[in-house]
Amino acid sequence: MMPELGKYADTVLSAYVASIALLGLLVVVSLWRGRRVRAEMKEIEERAARNG
Amino acid sequence: MTFSTKANALWEYANPKKFLATTERVLPFFWASAAACLAVGLIWGFFFTPDDYRQGATVKIIYLHVPAALLAINAWFMMLLTSLIWLIRRHHVSALAARAAAPVGVVMTLIALATGAIWGQPMWGTWWAWDPRLTSFLILFLFYLGYIALWEAIENPDTAADLTSVLCLVGSVFAILSRYAVNFWNQGLHQGASVMRIEAVTGGDTQEKVSNVFFYPLLVCIVGFVLLFVALVLYRTGTEIRARRIRALLARERVGA
Repeated sequence: MMPELGKYADTVLSAYVASIALLGLLVVVSLWRGRRVRAEMKEIEERAARNG
Repeated sequence: MTFSTKANALWEYANPKKFLATTERVLPFFWASAAACLAVGLIWGFFFTPDDYRQGATVKIIYLHVPAALLAINAWFMMLLTSLIWLIRRHHVSALAARAAAPVGVVMTLIALATGAIWGQPMWGTWWAWDPRLTSFLILFLFYLGYIALWEAIENPDTAADLTSVLCLVGSVFAILSRYAVNFWNQGLHQGASVMRIEAVTGGDTQEKVSNVFFYPLLVCIVGFVLLFVALVLYRTGTEIRARRIRALLARERVGA
């Protein structure tokens, strides 16, 4: 199934690996920080509601 | 509904609660369609397109390089627009949207630079050249880093938004240069525009352009990158809005203690 990349196999594959890794890292870091901030806000809001 | 009524309705999204409620609803669509378009476009381009008669298999890098470069420039223009809205109308959501877009823009610029270098090595015989387009892209990358650093360096969020907005205005010169450098200086290694040209649309095009066999999967990849950019910016803006609310709540707690 792998296409015949010939002498450029390293070139093409390294471009794909680098780009997909960077995009994946960006998405994962964004989602991780988003969830952390959301949980922190919920906790602070609950604390504020308890303390009136 | 008249145009001015529609334009006024747009300002409702400057309300953080309205913004969060709307993005919660639309984000699943953007994530799913971005993933679908990227999967289809990249699989189509990588597995089912032929080699180029001159560039061989390296032409497959086009499906990453062109969309990333396109977004690297346009992310900055989006930041410029939202920065101007902040400077003129003082809507916090717009300043936070610009802040949220910067890391996405810097990753797109990095992908464009990295894939360009990887592609350039076998085609030009060098990883890097001080070519007008490459150099203006490198400066744009540095502007992104400076913009992010400035947000982090200033404690007062309104002052940070003001100063980063001014930096964004200055950096726009390099975003424009990145797009049109090859037109301004007809020299260097990087080719001229071969995907999106006015002449190609108006019919007066006589220059070489990307063949349809490469163009269609490329178009799907561009749509995928744009959808991913929108999803990331909406999600990250929501995160910035919540982070701002946390700071406000903590400040209120400190005053009450």
